[in-house]
Amino acid sequence: MKIIVAIKQVPARDSQLKIQSGAQWIEEDDLTFEINEPDAYALEEALQLKEKHGGEVVALCLGPARAASTIREALAKGADRAIHISEESINGLDTLAVAKLLAGAIKSEAPDLVLTGLQSDDLGYGQAGVVLAELLGVPHATIIMQVSIEGGTLRVKRELEDGWFQFVTMPLPAVLTIQSGINKLRYATLMGIKKAKTKEIKVLSAADAGGAGTAVSTLDRVYVPLRTKVSTIFEGDAKSTAAQLVEKLKFEVRVL
Amino acid sequence: MATPAAPVSTIKGGAFLLEARTPQEIYSPEDFTDEHRAIAKTTEEFWAKEVGPNVEAIQQGDKALAISIVKKSAQLGLTAVTAPEEYGGMEMDMVAQMVVAEALSKDGSYSGWHGAHAGIGTTPVLLWGTPAQKEKYLTKLASAELIGAYCLSEPQAGSDALAAKTRADLSADGTHYILNGQKMWITNGGGADLYTVFAKINGEKDKFTAFLVERAWPGVQPGHEEKKMGIKGSSTTAVYFDNVKVPVENVLGEIGRGHIIAFNVLNLGRLKLGPFAVGGSKNVLAISIKYAKERMAFGQPIANFGLMQHKIAEMAIKTFAAESMTYRVVGDIENNLKGWSWKSENAANSYLKAVEEFAAECSYIKVFASETLDYVVDEGVQIHGGYGYHQDYAVERAYRDSRINRIFEGTSEINRLLATGTLLKRALRGQLPLVAAVKALQAELMAPPTLSAGALSPAEEENRMAANAKKLALLCLGAAYQRFMDKVEKEQEVMAGITDIAMNAFAIESVSLRAQKLAALGKGEMAAAMSAVFCREAMDLCEQTAKVVLSACAEGDTLRIMLASVKRLAKYEPANSIGLRRQIAEKLIVAEKYVL
Ligand SMILES: Cc1cc2nc3c(=O)[nH]c(=O)nc-3n(C[C@H](O)[C@H](O)[C@H](O)COP(=O)(O)OP(=O)(O)OC[C@H]3O[C@@H](n4cnc5c(N)ncnc54)[C@H](O)[C@@H]3O)c2cc1C
Repeated sequence: MKIIVAIKQVPARDSQLKIQSGAQWIEEDDLTFEINEPDAYALEEALQLKEKHGGEVVALCLGPARAASTIREALAKGADRAIHISEESINGLDTLAVAKLLAGAIKSEAPDLVLTGLQSDDLGYGQAGVVLAELLGVPHATIIMQVSIEGGTLRVKRELEDGWFQFVTMPLPAVLTIQSGINKLRYATLMGIKKAKTKEIKVLSAADAGGAGTAVSTLDRVYVPLRTKVSTIFEGDAKSTAAQLVEKLKFEVRVL
Repeated sequence: MATPAAPVSTIKGGAFLLEARTPQEIYSPEDFTDEHRAIAKTTEEFWAKEVGPNVEAIQQGDKALAISIVKKSAQLGLTAVTAPEEYGGMEMDMVAQMVVAEALSKDGSYSGWHGAHAGIGTTPVLLWGTPAQKEKYLTKLASAELIGAYCLSEPQAGSDALAAKTRADLSADGTHYILNGQKMWITNGGGADLYTVFAKINGEKDKFTAFLVERAWPGVQPGHEEKKMGIKGSSTTAVYFDNVKVPVENVLGEIGRGHIIAFNVLNLGRLKLGPFAVGGSKNVLAISIKYAKERMAFGQPIANFGLMQHKIAEMAIKTFAAESMTYRVVGDIENNLKGWSWKSENAANSYLKAVEEFAAECSYIKVFASETLDYVVDEGVQIHGGYGYHQDYAVERAYRDSRINRIFEGTSEINRLLATGTLLKRALRGQLPLVAAVKALQAELMAPPTLSAGALSPAEEENRMAANAKKLALLCLGAAYQRFMDKVEKEQEVMAGITDIAMNAFAIESVSLRAQKLAALGKGEMAAAMSAVFCREAMDLCEQTAKVVLSACAEGDTLRIMLASVKRLAKYEPANSIGLRRQIAEKLIVAEKYVL
């Protein structure tokens, strides 16, 4: 079985973010980067599927030259080889362009399964996997918590809202977008890091991957969300104010 | 990508006193490969997931837990970074080993377990083991199936390790030795499976020998856990040997050459204390900055106050210096090991030689890095105020944990004596042309001062300071030797003073060259500020110390002339260190961690 995992490199979680003067993106100079968290779980899932069913795991990354460190990490953890669509300014690309480039690189590989993270920690659109499936002409399922494969058929568990789950049976090939936390991430071992040096990374240009096409959406402005404080005073007796509070906590703040 | 440190032909230990180097010739963390960075990252992740959540339980003495984490770390390869692959090692370079050490340094107790096992507990077999001994023990140490410990110190023989009383007597049939004695302060003592034990055969002074002793053998008994000031979750016990039968195959290295093992293992340990202390300092700095930003006093975060900023900046500056010195020496050793592998002829021997060459520098690192960490934890507690005195705050533990570093692997005093002692020995053996350098310096100082060739750039000024600090060391060495001749080693205060000057000269040069290197990479702003402050402060220290040393070596007009030279050499263009420290602190406070 051939599995392709799409991984993205994003700013590390504890980063102090500063917005660029033109408000088009964040300052990247002092940042450290790491693998997008859900993508790490997608990679782990792929590695575990390979351990069960055999085959090959290929890491696919669209990103600038610095993304090579994230690709090496995937190789160190056990991916067999990698494809790097080298593109310096991915922040200017919209979801469709990203999906087109990924699809362009994937098509000739004809994988049995494509895994992506549910969403990226930086942009958080949660669309790349879905659009990618559409471009590849294969079925997809999102927010995946569990994957099993039996006799060429996929059975997956999707996370719905409010503690609900959905089980879906679907054919291969397919695209799944993976939720964080669904498995236990492995470490890159020192031996893995050493061996990663000898594994193949195929570098493609955007043109090699079929080109990004014209953007259908553009990023207008990046800004820090404004904090607004609204106070609500509940009126009535203790019983009814408590009920109102519970209602708010349950359905508005969603902490209960 | 950084331009890697330019290869230099073989570098001599101690030669830094006599030769100037260029920024590109010194190794620094900017030269790390992607692989080194990946190793750091995976080790940090391991620490955060496996050690971090268990720090408290380890503190409380959960040995089984500490050991299980060491074993888990072995699955990643963290216990055998340099060992050959054929024995389960990763066969990586020394930088990789240092990177791992730095990433595991956030808790002294876990570092104790891990460091003693992978360092002093494994190194003896790795470097002196026969193929059979390696087959039997190294593989299992690498996988942490066996936990190692190193038994040199005894109740009456610490610094003076060769005064050990533990003895080994050959059995009548010649098949084994009978080991008797007591070791003291053995890290991992209460959890180890394999001890490297030093003993004298027949109690004879010239038969100091190392033995591989299994915990399971009859007569081997660790004592109770010592109640310590710090690293409370590490295991430190006495170990008793009562008529233990040690097969002759378990003699490690040559009979009567145990001291070679003991001292070389310590050399490596001293070097490795560098990254441990640097990592520990970075961690306490980050904790302290975060606290300073949260703690309000007089209506504002204490991080706003100049005196807090002074501390934050100074903690980072000293850490930068310790880091620059450490990796420079690691790079020098690697440079001399070019083309070396475990398959090279006499591999272990040439590896040891490469390290031993830098024995003086290893002592500098041991002293400077451990004292840096002590400074950092002390100021870290101060930034935390009253809360810093509470056991609920990590900085309190770091403060107590730090103290041991100035005591083990050779006390600060012993290392100060050793460092200058080593240089003198090399000079006497004709391996280091110190005498010629001292003579040239004396001639230079007799001549009228050359007029300065116009204003120097900050970097040129610092290069000049590095050169002059070295001259201060040479001036003192020359005066001390002239005065005390071959008895100079008995003048401990003079010897230690010279070490302080030479060590700081080495630090000044390492810091300023690295700052220049960073500048060439376009990342030099912070480092330049740090270097400007550090070089001046270290120069003041050199000047002070030189005055004290020389005053013990000469009198009257001779002394006055020497002191005039000191004044001339120690002169520098002033810099506004208060302003620079504020600048440095500001950037650190935004980043909430050590950054350059
Ligand atoms: C927590 C801990 C863990 C340890 N782990 C190990 C281990 O795993 N294996 C092991 O073998 N040992 C270990 N040690 C022992 C350690 O290496 C010794 O404590 C150290 O070498 C100092 O020896 P000492 O305690 O006998 O002090 P002493 O040698 O008695 O020193 C006392 C003081 O006298 C000074 N002094 C001694 N000699 C001289 C001299 N010639 N000139 C000037 N000053 C001098 C010292 O600098 C020190 O200030 C450990 C110790 C501790 C506390």
